[in-house]
Amino acid sequence: MMNSNKLEKVDSRDAKLSMAYFYVAFIALALGGLAGLLQTLVRSGKVVLPWGIDYYQVLTVHGVLLGLVLTTFFIMGFQFALISRTTGTFTNGARITGWVGFWLMTIGTAMAATMVLLKEASVLYTFYAPLMAHPIFYIGLTLVIVGSWVAGGSMIATYAKWKRNNPGKASSLLTFMAIINTFMWIIATLGVAATVLIQILPWSLGLVDTIDILVSRTLFWYFGHPMVYFWLLPAYMCWYAIVPKIIGGKIFSDSLARLSFILFLLFSIPVGFHHQLVEPGIDPAWKYIQVVLTFMVIIPSLMTAFSLFATFESFGRSKGAKGLFGWFRKLPWGDARFVVPFIGMLSFIPAGAGGIINASHQMNAVIHNTIWVTGHFHLTAATAVVLTFFGISYWLIPHLTGRVLTKAMNKLAIIQGIVWTIGMSFMSGAMHAAGLLGAPRRSSFSEYGGAAQAQEWIPYQIAQAVGGSILFIGIILVLIIFINLAFFAPKGETEFPVGEVADGAEKPPLVFENWKLWLGISAALILFAYTIPFIDIIQNAPPGSKGYKFW
Amino acid sequence: MHIHKFEKIWLTFGIGCLIVFLSIVGVSAFYLGNQPPSCLTTIDPETVGEKAPFDKPGLNKVEGKEWDYELVYVASAFSYNPTQVEVPLGAKVKVIATTKDVVHGFEMAGTNINMMLEPGYVSEVVTTFDKAGEYLIVCNEYCGTGHHLMHSMVKVVE
Repeated sequence: MMNSNKLEKVDSRDAKLSMAYFYVAFIALALGGLAGLLQTLVRSGKVVLPWGIDYYQVLTVHGVLLGLVLTTFFIMGFQFALISRTTGTFTNGARITGWVGFWLMTIGTAMAATMVLLKEASVLYTFYAPLMAHPIFYIGLTLVIVGSWVAGGSMIATYAKWKRNNPGKASSLLTFMAIINTFMWIIATLGVAATVLIQILPWSLGLVDTIDILVSRTLFWYFGHPMVYFWLLPAYMCWYAIVPKIIGGKIFSDSLARLSFILFLLFSIPVGFHHQLVEPGIDPAWKYIQVVLTFMVIIPSLMTAFSLFATFESFGRSKGAKGLFGWFRKLPWGDARFVVPFIGMLSFIPAGAGGIINASHQMNAVIHNTIWVTGHFHLTAATAVVLTFFGISYWLIPHLTGRVLTKAMNKLAIIQGIVWTIGMSFMSGAMHAAGLLGAPRRSSFSEYGGAAQAQEWIPYQIAQAVGGSILFIGIILVLIIFINLAFFAPKGETEFPVGEVADGAEKPPLVFENWKLWLGISAALILFAYTIPFIDIIQNAPPGSKGYKFW
Repeated sequence: MHIHKFEKIWLTFGIGCLIVFLSIVGVSAFYLGNQPPSCLTTIDPETVGEKAPFDKPGLNKVEGKEWDYELVYVASAFSYNPTQVEVPLGAKVKVIATTKDVVHGFEMAGTNINMMLEPGYVSEVVTTFDKAGEYLIVCNEYCGTGHHLMHSMVKVVE
C-alpha cells in the first residue's frame, strides 16, 4: 500500500492542533482507566480504598474522564485531521478557532476535575438533580460543551467554504461523515446546555430555590442517546472509509455510506425516552413512539454490517480466495490497523443485540439500572468504539508526528487488542450475568443486610475485578504505544489511509448534501417526538426540588 | 442510487424482522396492557408522609379494588420505609412508592418490578406474588454515599 509517491499529508500546523486534543484524550484514558480498575477492585469486596477516598468520587472520575473527556477530545482531534486531509488545510482563522475550542474544553475539564477531586461534585457524569454539585463543576462542563461547539463551528466553516468554491461537486466521504457527526453533536448538546444553563446553574448558585426534576432528566436524555452515537460514528467512519484502504480493498458504496449516516442523524436524537422507560410522569404511548424511532437506527446498522463484510469478501476474492468463507483468511491478520478495529466490529454484534433488549419498552424493566447496562456500554463504547480509536491512533499519531509504527509496536498493538478482548469478556460477561440476577449498577460493595440474592452476585463481582485488572494492563499497553508514537518512534512517513470507491461506482447524489432538507427533517422528528410530552411534563409538574449533597 | 441485489434481500429481511418485532412489542403494550410503570400522579416532595397513602407505609389490605393489598414505600437517603414486609403467597398487590429527597431506584431482584422514584412523582406497579421466597429491594440509582446500603426485604409466605 505504501507507494513511493509523496504521501498526502495533514499540514503540520493542523497536525499540532489534532495532537493537542489527543494528548488530553490519552491523559484522560490513563487516569480514568486507573479509576475504573479501583472500582472493580472495591466492588469485589476484597479491597478498601485508602485515605478515605469515596467509591463514588472514583466513579465520577471514571465516567467524566472516559465518557466525556476521552471521547470528545479524541473525536475532535480525529475530525480535524480528517477534514484537513480530505478537504484541505484549515485557514488560519479556522485553525485559531479550533485552538480556542481546545482551550475552552481543556479549561472546562480542569474546572470540573478540580471540583470532583475536592469532593464537591460526587454526582457521577450524569449529574442528576436534585443532587447538587458545586457551581464550578457545572460551569466547567458548560465550557467543555461550548468549546466543542467552537471546534465544530471551525469544521463546519471549513466545509462550507469548500462547498462555495466547488459548486455542484460532492464533498469527500470522510469530511461529509465528520460534518454529519458535528451537526448531530450540536443539535444534541442543545438539550444538556439548556438544562445546565437554564435550570441547574441558577439553582446551584442559589438564584432559584427549586428545580423541576423531570424536565431536567428529559433534557439530559435528549442529549444522552445521541451522545453515544457521537462516539460511535467516528468508529463507523474508520470502518466504512479507512479500513477498506488499509486492507487494500475498495469502499463498497459511497452513496450507501452517506445514506446510512443521514439515517443516524435523523434517528439518533428523538429517542431519549427509551432511557426513561420506567420513570413516572411520562405517558407510555409517547415512550412507545420513541421506542419505535429508536429501533429505526437498526436499518443503517444493517447497511453498515453488509457494506463492511461485502468489502472484506470482495477483497478476499480479488486475492483468489475460494469457497464460502475462504476470503476470511486473506485479510491482513498481522496489521494492527486492521485487526484492532476488526475486534471492535465483532464486539458490536453482541453489543447491538443487548441494546435491542435495553430499548424494548417492557423488557427494559428486567435490566434497567442493573449492572447489565454497564456491561452493555463497555461492549459498545469501551470496546467497539475505543478499540477502533486505538486502531486509528496506530497510524494517525505517527502520521501527525512524522514517525512510523515499528514492527515491534505493531505486534504490541495486536497483543493489546487480544488482552482487551480477554479482559472485556470477563468483565462485561460477568456484568451482563450479574445484571440479569438483579445486581445494581453504580454501587459500591454491599452485602445488603446478608440477603441471599446479594450473595449470588459476589462471584460475578470478583470476575469483574479480574477482567478490570486485565483491561488495565491493556490500557498500560496502549499508553506505551501512544508515548512511543508521539515521542520516540523512528522518524519517517506514515500513510493516512483514505478509502477509494469501487471502480465504476456512480457518483453520490447531491441531495445528500442538502442540509436544509436533512436538518429540517431532523428538527421535525424531534418536534414530533418531544413537543406534546414535554408540554405535558411542564403543565403537570409537581412542586420543584431543593438541592441535596449526600456525599 | 444503485443497491446491490444481496443488500436488497438483506435489508428487506432485516426491516421485515423489525416490523414484526415492533408489532409484538406494541400489541403487548397496548392490547395486553404490558406498559412500563408510568404513573402520572404528582405529590409535594416536602410533605411526603403526611398524606395518604404515604402516611401508612407497609402492606395495607384494601377492598373493592382490582388488587387485594397496597404495599406503600417511602424512600429517602439511604433507606426504605418499611425495611421488611411479609406478603401472603398469591396476593395481588399494588406497589406504590415515592421519594422524600433525591432520585432513587426501586428494584425487586428476581422480579420484573423495577422503577424510578423521582421527587414529586408517585411510582406504581401491580403484581401478583405467586412464588414464595425472599425478595431483595435495592436502590439502583445513585443517591449519595450510602447508596449501596439502601435496601429492603419482601418475604412472600404461605
